[in-house]
Parts: sequence; C-alpha cells; structure tokens
Amino acid sequence: MGRKMRRFQCWGWPAMTAAVSIQGVHKRFAALQALKGISMEVPQGSFFGLLGPNGAGKSTLINIMAGLARADAGSIHVMGHDVVSAWRQSRHALGVVPQELVYDPFFSVREVLRLQSGYFGLGRGNDAWIDELLEILSLTDKADANLQDLSGGMKRRVLIAQALVHRPEVVVLDEPTAGVDVELRRSLWRFARRLHREGHTILLTTHYLEEAESLCDEIAILNRGELMTRDSKRNLLARYPWRTLHITVDHATFQLPETLVSLLTNADDNCLTFRLHREQDTIGEVLAALQSAGLTVVDLSTEEVGLEEVFLRLTGQSGENT
Amino acid sequence: MKAGFNVRGFYTLFAKEVRRFLKVTVQTVLTPMVTALLFLLVFGQVLEAHVEVYAGVNYSAFLIPGLMMMSIIQNAFANSSSSIIQSKMTGNLVFVLLAPISSLEFFAAFVLAAVVRGLLVALAVYGVAVLFIDLPLTHPWAIAVFAMLGSATLGALGVIAGIWADKYDQLAGFQNFFILPLSFLSGVFYSIHALPEIWQQISHFNPFFYLIDGFRWGFFGQSDAGVVMSLSVSLGFLFVLSGLALYLLFKGYKIRR
Repeated sequence: MGRKMRRFQCWGWPAMTAAVSIQGVHKRFAALQALKGISMEVPQGSFFGLLGPNGAGKSTLINIMAGLARADAGSIHVMGHDVVSAWRQSRHALGVVPQELVYDPFFSVREVLRLQSGYFGLGRGNDAWIDELLEILSLTDKADANLQDLSGGMKRRVLIAQALVHRPEVVVLDEPTAGVDVELRRSLWRFARRLHREGHTILLTTHYLEEAESLCDEIAILNRGELMTRDSKRNLLARYPWRTLHITVDHATFQLPETLVSLLTNADDNCLTFRLHREQDTIGEVLAALQSAGLTVVDLSTEEVGLEEVFLRLTGQSGENT
Repeated sequence: MKAGFNVRGFYTLFAKEVRRFLKVTVQTVLTPMVTALLFLLVFGQVLEAHVEVYAGVNYSAFLIPGLMMMSIIQNAFANSSSSIIQSKMTGNLVFVLLAPISSLEFFAAFVLAAVVRGLLVALAVYGVAVLFIDLPLTHPWAIAVFAMLGSATLGALGVIAGIWADKYDQLAGFQNFFILPLSFLSGVFYSIHALPEIWQQISHFNPFFYLIDGFRWGFFGQSDAGVVMSLSVSLGFLFVLSGLALYLLFKGYKIRR
C-alpha cells in the first residue's frame, strides 16, 4: 500500500501502530507560528487528553489530523495512514466531533446520518448501525425531526453520531462539553467512557481540567504551539508530589514547633496551612508536633494537587480554567 | 468504495444537493419559471408585432430559448454558489471536508446538481411556454448539449464563486454585477445583428452569447455565430472554469486552512 507505518513500544508489549503519530508538525498563519515542531504519539486504546490554553495550537493540530488544514512541515499518521498521501484511509479511521454546534438546516437527524454514512461509501447496509446510534444517544424519538428544531444538547448528540457513523477507530472530541449543562456533561462522559471501553482510541480536548483528570489516562499539554509535556496522568501528577494540609487550632497565639516551620505556608490567626511532601511528610507527624506544643486541633482538611496545578505550572497560567 | 473514486460518496453528495433545492422548489424552480414567463409575456406582447429577428420566426418564439438559457445560467450558478457559501457560513461544510471525498467528487456532485436544477427550470419554462406558442425543435441534440453545457459551466462558476465569497454580500455582487449583466447582454432578447457594429464585436467576448446562440440554433436552425463556433467556445469556457474550480478545491482555497 506504500504507506508509512508509525510504531510505538509499550511496556513489554509487541510493537503496534500508534493510533495517531505526529512528527515534527509546523504550521504558521501569517505572523503567528501556531505549531512549532510538535512530535508525539497517541497510543491505540488510550483515552488521551490534549490540553492547552486558548491559542496553544490544539485545534490547529486536530484540523491537520482531520485534513481541514495542511501542515507546513512534518507529518501526521492516523492508524498508520498518512493524512496527506493516504487521506481516504486516514479519514476512514478518524471520527471528529467538532467544537461548534454546526448542522444542516435542510435535513432531519436520520437524513444527516444517512448522508454522512454515504459520504464514507456506506449504503443502506449501515442503517442498522444508524438506528443503534440513535438509540444509544437517546435520539430515536427525534430521528425524523429537523435539526434546527432540536435543543443544543440534542444537536451535540447528533454531532457525536455523525462522527461515529462510519465506525472510526479513533474518535476526536473537540471541547465536547463546552457550554452544556451538568446533566448532559455527565451523560457525554459516560458515553465517552463506553466508547473507550469498546476499544476506540479517544482524543479529547477540553478546557475543563477536572474532565481530563477524570477521563484521560494519557495527557499532552500544548502551549503557544509547543509541546510542554506528554505523559501518563499518573506520572504527571506524581511530578508534583505535594499536598496541602489546613489545620485550625484552639489558640490564636502560640509557638510553632521548630520541625513544622519549614512546612508552614500560611498562618491566619489560628488557621494554619502546611505543604507536605506525599512521601516524606505525614499528617500524623504534624498532628503530633502540634499536640506536643500544647495545641488542640479543632478542624482539619487536605487538598491533593490536581492536574490543574500541573497545567498551571507548565503553562505559566493563572486562574482556574485554561 | 472503489479505489480512486468514491462513487457512493459522490452520489450521496449529488443527491443531497438535489434534495436540498427540491425542499424549496417555490424558491428554486417555480419563482425563476414565473420570472421567465413574465419576461415572455411583457416583451412578447410589446414587441411581437414590431420585431422579426429570424425569417419566419415570430418574436415570442425567438424569445423562449433565450429565456430558457437565461434561467439555466442564473439557476445553475445560484445552486452551487449558494449551497457552498451557506455551508461555509453555517459551518456544516465540515461534514463533507471530513469525509473521504476528493476535489473531483466534490466538484462533480455540485456541478451535476446545478445541471439538474438548470434543466428542471428550463423544462418548466418550456412546458408552460409551448402551451401558448409554437416552437420548432430543429436540432434536439443541440438543445440538449447546450442546455447541459450552460448549466455545467454556470455550476462550475458557482463553485468558484461559492469558494471565493466570504459573505452573501460578495456573492450577490458577483451575481448582480457579473452573471446578470452578461446574461442580459448575451442576446436573450435580441439578435446581435440588431446591434451597432462595436457592440456586435463586444458581444463576441461574452461567453454566454455562444451558449444562447447555440441553444437557439437547436430550435430554429439559425444562429448569429454558427454552431461550431458556439460549441467550441462553450466547451472551452467549461474546461477553463472546471480547471479553475478543481484547482481551488485541490488547494483548499478558503475551505481548508
């Protein structure tokens, strides 16, 4: 077939084709260098989070992957198919759920799914799968409704069905929960997990870091067109092995034990905040030191470092969302 | 899907474009038919007794092929151009761009749908007009060939305009300052022999003139430029516009970044 195969090696597993292989991709828009030589691989079967602040290059990278934009240099392979030289095969392997709620106002839900199926060369033999998708996404009742008569949440489900209509191996969810209500967000999370369990590779871009932390097992963070990091979620979180301990004691004035001074990050009357190393410091030691200083603990809480802090450190951002 | 050409993908896109305009037939078929018949009624009534363009052909009969081709030109152009710009503006063009559909399949689907609409409007005009006016069909093959050439050419031009335009205003400008004047000044209502010499010369640079002239030859066996010349220029125009449209699609001009 003349196609180049990109491979990655998992721990002790035989080499297998990466779901998405990105090699040295550059892209410039006028004066803006949107992507500066991005290289990374998305393993097959992973739930991969692509994170980054606005303008980081996430959408540009996805657009190049999907054939909606062309790289100035470098290459992307989807399931081993070059998105330029083997574009038909790569598009068959990829299903993209666009970020914007776009739809064709001339057609019903079932009609757009049949049209999308036909674009991929599939005929009426695919109708059973279309019916199944309608059922899975709770769209059966709306199958004959015109798209412009649907709510935003329903339109979002139709976009997902359109992306899955040709049974792609890799599914790109581009900000799927942006602007949706809590109930729909939870339902979309459940559906994404189901797709992942059924063997799809999921590539998720999101502004909600708790979403990435909850769903993804692999994370890449882009910033200003550069890849800041790409690692498993577990390794990323382990890079910052700190947790925060908030303690309220019964006295506002006291002498803090010497062993706790280096751990203290804030003291506000009788409310103390300590930064503890996950492996070197224990909460028990802190409590014992306070007790030996004659203090009684009246309240206690802990905060674990999340993906958000990792993200903020890597991108130099502030604020709770990207 | 066969290697090299996604037949079902092409057919699906073509069928979708046809269904799109059939869902609004009042706007896409009936309105242009009524407009053409109003032209026929007004100009035919006013000029019938005063003008005989070809020997033995009354003015109303002369007018019908011109109005049919004018309807083909305007509607074939409108079909592909409006569909593409609407898909661009609403963003749903992405569904086609994400699919394994090549530039050629995309182009062929939009142009063929434009041909269908152009022919449908022309047949509607013909069907009503011949109820009142006798119209010979001297060379039916030429009528069919020029009708298809005209609709395919304007379908291709519509693809170019739809890709180029960023907003409806630009497309309206293209339609009103390019398509409309060229179609009105191409001999729809007159033979160019009735024009001063300089305007006759200028008319020969209007490609729509050859489409109408060849089409009219199919009905009456008489023409201004000669059928071979009309066929040659019309085919050349179609090839040039198709080449340009395919080039723009292949480069992804204004549709792929």
